[in-house]
Amino acid sequence: MSRTKLVLTGNYASAYAVLHSKVEIVPAYPITPQTTIVEKIDEFIETGMLDATMVRVESEHSAMAVAIGASAVGVRTYTATSSHGLLYMYENLWWAANARLPIVATFVTRTLGPPWNIWSDHQDFMTLRDSGWILFMVKDAQEAYDLTIQAFKIAENPDVRLPVGIAYDAFVISHTAEPVELLTQEEADKFLPSPRAIQPLLDVDKPYSIGNLPRADYHYILRKNLWENILDAKKAIREVGREYGELSGRDYSSLVEEYKCEDADTVFISMGAMAGEGMDAVDKLRDKGYKVGHLTIRTYRPFPDHEIKTIAENAKRLIVFSRALSNGKGGILYDDIASTLYREGQRIETYDIIAGLAGTEVSEEDFMKIYYDTRSGKLDTGKSIFIRRGEYV
Amino acid sequence: MYRPKIVENLGEDEWIYAGHPACHGCGAALGLRHLLKTIGKKSILVVPAGCTSIIAGTMNAATFNIPFIHTAFGAAAAVASGVAEALSKKGMDDINVVVWAGDGGTYDIGLASLSGAAERGHNILFVLDDNEAYMNTGIQRSGGTPRGAWTTTTITGKKEEKKDIMKIVLSHHVPYAATASVAYPLDFNRKVKKALGIKGFKFIHLMAPCPPGWRFETHMTIEIARRAVLSGAWILMEYENGRLRLNPPSSNMLDKRRISLEEYLMMQGRFKHVKRELLEELKRDVELRWSEIKEILEKQGKQ
Repeated sequence: MSRTKLVLTGNYASAYAVLHSKVEIVPAYPITPQTTIVEKIDEFIETGMLDATMVRVESEHSAMAVAIGASAVGVRTYTATSSHGLLYMYENLWWAANARLPIVATFVTRTLGPPWNIWSDHQDFMTLRDSGWILFMVKDAQEAYDLTIQAFKIAENPDVRLPVGIAYDAFVISHTAEPVELLTQEEADKFLPSPRAIQPLLDVDKPYSIGNLPRADYHYILRKNLWENILDAKKAIREVGREYGELSGRDYSSLVEEYKCEDADTVFISMGAMAGEGMDAVDKLRDKGYKVGHLTIRTYRPFPDHEIKTIAENAKRLIVFSRALSNGKGGILYDDIASTLYREGQRIETYDIIAGLAGTEVSEEDFMKIYYDTRSGKLDTGKSIFIRRGEYV
Repeated sequence: MYRPKIVENLGEDEWIYAGHPACHGCGAALGLRHLLKTIGKKSILVVPAGCTSIIAGTMNAATFNIPFIHTAFGAAAAVASGVAEALSKKGMDDINVVVWAGDGGTYDIGLASLSGAAERGHNILFVLDDNEAYMNTGIQRSGGTPRGAWTTTTITGKKEEKKDIMKIVLSHHVPYAATASVAYPLDFNRKVKKALGIKGFKFIHLMAPCPPGWRFETHMTIEIARRAVLSGAWILMEYENGRLRLNPPSSNMLDKRRISLEEYLMMQGRFKHVKRELLEELKRDVELRWSEIKEILEKQGKQ
């Protein structure tokens, strides 16, 4: 059987990845813009294409709770949510990570209210950065498909045993159709391990108590173990990404995607859909003779410290675009980058750009304007700079 | 050799190890012991935050000799839904999935997930271990606290009535729902067995007195639980496919052959402030419940 190429939205691409990963349990609660993922999965199940159980729960809190129960029994489990749904699920998201359950979830990023707003920014997703979830953010539907399949292999790796989230921007990716090349079912079957290899926590032949009160000293070590395992997961992410590349021709062996960074003196850093605009801006600026590159953070946790360090060794200037804000502090992605640079002793010009909040579009012109203004010394490295549709606000 | 009826029925195997950290005289610990004897080792126990989070033992000791999972406070019925569906996916439908949740985890923070699981009809047994307040956090009032009871957040006595959780559960048309009491372990044992034989969402509401929370001496747990039933304040009953049946001794109490409510309430420090006027009100609450029961039974009789 040969591969098919379909025109799919990001959400349908995720649903196809769930189909090809032979997920067994899908608890879900509807929220815009996640809904079409679950609708498509339901169609796969009800037309007999996917042998899975859909648990149509009464809230996101219960969606993750059902996922916890199912994953603890050792079945392949998937859910998806957005925005307020993610926050309503929040307690159990941490529970899943601390219980070391290999759940995979899609987070379609959407602005938090009030006021009600269905458009994308990354504020919802960023609340997970400290949780112990392995977090990817993708920039198109193809990556959503590819990384969702890889996510199961990473999560279920016995040396990792952590939940994995794949995030992408509302509508710009979730509801925008583009050509996506799919693996054949045989290829996916060969790539992924059997779900029966997932070690169950709840087993009547080996009765364990899961989550009993610890001594504080012991609990400290559990926390340290998770920390070490999520850092070590970089190895699994790279290996799985390389293996997937050999299979599909699309390589994911790096935690980041570098675009024309080799000789760049200035590098834009961003995540998600706006990375596309950033790369377009790089092309335009390169046409004008400027040595500019773009770095897309695809693996957000564990954080690609090494890759950032390497970029900073060659560049003079980093311009970081954050689509989420730590109120009272600054751009969240900027803070991640700045702390990496400080730890590495790298003191280079770094700018904190806050763009795309509340679903405002970020254009290549925004990237170019910022570039020119950093060159001319108009912008301050010490401040968070807010740009909205080409205007500083 | 003489074997007491309780040993005959519940067996000698123990699924709770000695030395667990429940309080002396804990009704819940006794209920758990009898529950586990009945469900046996082919069972998974799902427990939200509450006293049983402590009773379960401190790492690396474990109180229970069956698989046991702690859940977030409001999540027990949902986690159990996932466990049941996953077992079914693995072809392991013969394993019992049992929730053991306190009144907080059922009446209050757990109500939405309870309702969701009941409506979806997952194959689980939900046991409500009711000690009528948030005891583990230090005796705060819950939706299951009865009117008049002192708690640390109702120091002059709770003003509102105890929520009628059974009516809420029955509104989901579950195949089996029953009440039980730690003072009547054979009745509890029979009901658990019966529930496990029925597919779908089953509910048992177990009354389990709490010495520190209800303010009584630790050796009085069973006596108080018994008086709750004998006074008519707690009614032993079961609903099979919506059809009500009273169980002994409550089945003999329709015509008011009961001990006085004072004989139950006045043994407990939490009601010691109750004066005549409030006592009359509490008695009316009990009578109202019995008249509802009578009405249901009469209606059923006519069918």
